[in-house]
Amino acid sequence: MSVTRSDGDTRRRATSGGVLNVFAHSFLVLWTVLAAGPLLWVVVSSFRAHADIVAHPFGLPGELHLSNFSHAWRSADLGRYTLNSLIILAGSLTGTMLFGSMAAYVLARFSFRGNRLIHLLFVGGMMFPIFLALVPLFFVLDNFGLLNTRQGLILVYIAYSLPFTVFFLVSFFRTLPTGVQEAATLDGASHTRTFFQIMMPMARPGLISIGIFNFLGQWNQFVLPRVLNVEDADDAVLPQGLAALMIRQSYEGDWGALYAGVTLAMLPVLVVYVAFQRQVQSGLTAGAIR
Amino acid sequence: MATTTTERESTAAGSGAVPARDRLTWRERALFTAAFFLPPRLTPDRVRYDRRYRKLDQHRFIVWFLVPPVLIYLVFVISPFLQAFYYSMTDWSGFDSEFSFTGFDNYERMWHDEKFWDAMGNSVLLLVLGPLITLALGLFFAFMLTAGGRHRRSEPVSGIRGANVYKIVYFFPQVLSIAVIAVMWGRIYSPHGGIVNETLGAVGLDSWKQEDWLGGDLARWCVLAVLCWSFVGFYVVLFSAAMSAIPTQIYEASLLDGAGRWQMFSRLTFPLTWDTIRTGWIYMGIQGLDGFALVNIMVPEHGMDVVPSYLYKKAFQEAQAGYATAIGVALFLVTLVFALIMLLLGRRDRIEM
Repeated sequence: MSVTRSDGDTRRRATSGGVLNVFAHSFLVLWTVLAAGPLLWVVVSSFRAHADIVAHPFGLPGELHLSNFSHAWRSADLGRYTLNSLIILAGSLTGTMLFGSMAAYVLARFSFRGNRLIHLLFVGGMMFPIFLALVPLFFVLDNFGLLNTRQGLILVYIAYSLPFTVFFLVSFFRTLPTGVQEAATLDGASHTRTFFQIMMPMARPGLISIGIFNFLGQWNQFVLPRVLNVEDADDAVLPQGLAALMIRQSYEGDWGALYAGVTLAMLPVLVVYVAFQRQVQSGLTAGAIR
Repeated sequence: MATTTTERESTAAGSGAVPARDRLTWRERALFTAAFFLPPRLTPDRVRYDRRYRKLDQHRFIVWFLVPPVLIYLVFVISPFLQAFYYSMTDWSGFDSEFSFTGFDNYERMWHDEKFWDAMGNSVLLLVLGPLITLALGLFFAFMLTAGGRHRRSEPVSGIRGANVYKIVYFFPQVLSIAVIAVMWGRIYSPHGGIVNETLGAVGLDSWKQEDWLGGDLARWCVLAVLCWSFVGFYVVLFSAAMSAIPTQIYEASLLDGAGRWQMFSRLTFPLTWDTIRTGWIYMGIQGLDGFALVNIMVPEHGMDVVPSYLYKKAFQEAQAGYATAIGVALFLVTLVFALIMLLLGRRDRIEM
């Protein structure tokens, strides 16, 4: 009896599913156009001459204006900004991962007085808007002579990445089995050795997730360099360089070069993302799912 | 050394009182202290073979591993946060070291500052509508991707073909720098060679064209649109993951009970992903309260402000550091209220579940 009923049910829903299917697909396609269209438009326009772009924003490139790219790379100094970003990221990402996992490991695996307080201190930092700290932070760096320096920016990136990194890694280290750690201690491994040679490799999935998260967060950081790294235009990081390029090109009236600059800044990231999309997606959403 | 021997003897005799056994000579105390600050391999033998060494080793490890991160964190995060509350009660310009304590003057000024309230209005708009629109779109697309597929007999719900490709493309804006997004959209809205006006013209809505999208009253809606645009993909991916974690048996049961897709969504999917939605809501709200990069890069000088960009102007362009920190405190209070509301909301819904 129940078999016939569910059969009829299935057939009825199959047709309504078809309607829904068309409906769903058209919306999904619409958003695909909205999400990728602007990026595509920028890439296509980066091959066009300024006059063409203004006259016909939607046109295709007649002849390839590759000079846009050399212009953006050389005279707008995007190469230098990229290098600055890379240098700062090399320091800040290493520091964040090292200090973040050190603190998280100790907080997750050892009980001592003040453990919960320190944990709370880190987690609480996620609740404060960075703008509250911005003005005093400027003068803290000034007092240490770290304003407009790479070291200063690296330290600040590390400091502001710590709350989420520690929060995420503490819960990750807690899920790892304790037996391995005890066995290592019995075998005479020091705490430091246990941490670097046993616990860190075991925590690799978590470290990769939070590493990707911090990589993109620090690579794309705009507010902190905008305030703390303004003295010398040569020291600007890539996001600052793009903002400056936009202002310059609106005076010079050369949108082609601006689009070439934006393309140069976004294509490598997009290529890496598509290659590792699964890891990147899970890395960026890891904190919210948990 | 003599003391040590007597101690050992008394221990051996088993008659020594506990405090007496634990008492150290000044020399040993110095050794223990030194061991605490030296790397493990330089630990003096006297300490290494003491029965208290295990404890010392562990404490040393804890302190060594915690001090660098905590120090950086205290200096660059906690101390500026605390200082902010103090500076917000001064008339400090930020460019010289002289300032005086003015109590609540800055807050009073803020209360009467129309531009501040304009900025606050825009920020609250982004805070309320940003999450609402973004999460609604995210949920809709995620549900379509995981359960919008053609109905098959073998499975109660099925995803749409190519769901993965959609997710990859939707996620694009999330990996882009906010500066790239702001520059790009600044151009898209531009009346000179931008594609918003061009598209409106192409579909025959010439009267909707604007001379200055980002300068006038429409600016806040333009910023809102970009904010939502850049985060929808993130939530599609997030919610898809949460939805595919729901066991299919539950959907099967609901199908047998004759539930349609809308009922399935509202009675099953939504409540079962509520925890993720709430976390996402908080995260998106914080993004809405930021919006600095978008406004700073995209909106021209005469355009709108949000609280962070107004703060930035006051602090770093108009040399009113004291007043700017007071604005920061106001922003913090809004964040706090928002977080409290979200926590209360969560509690109520969890009971319903």
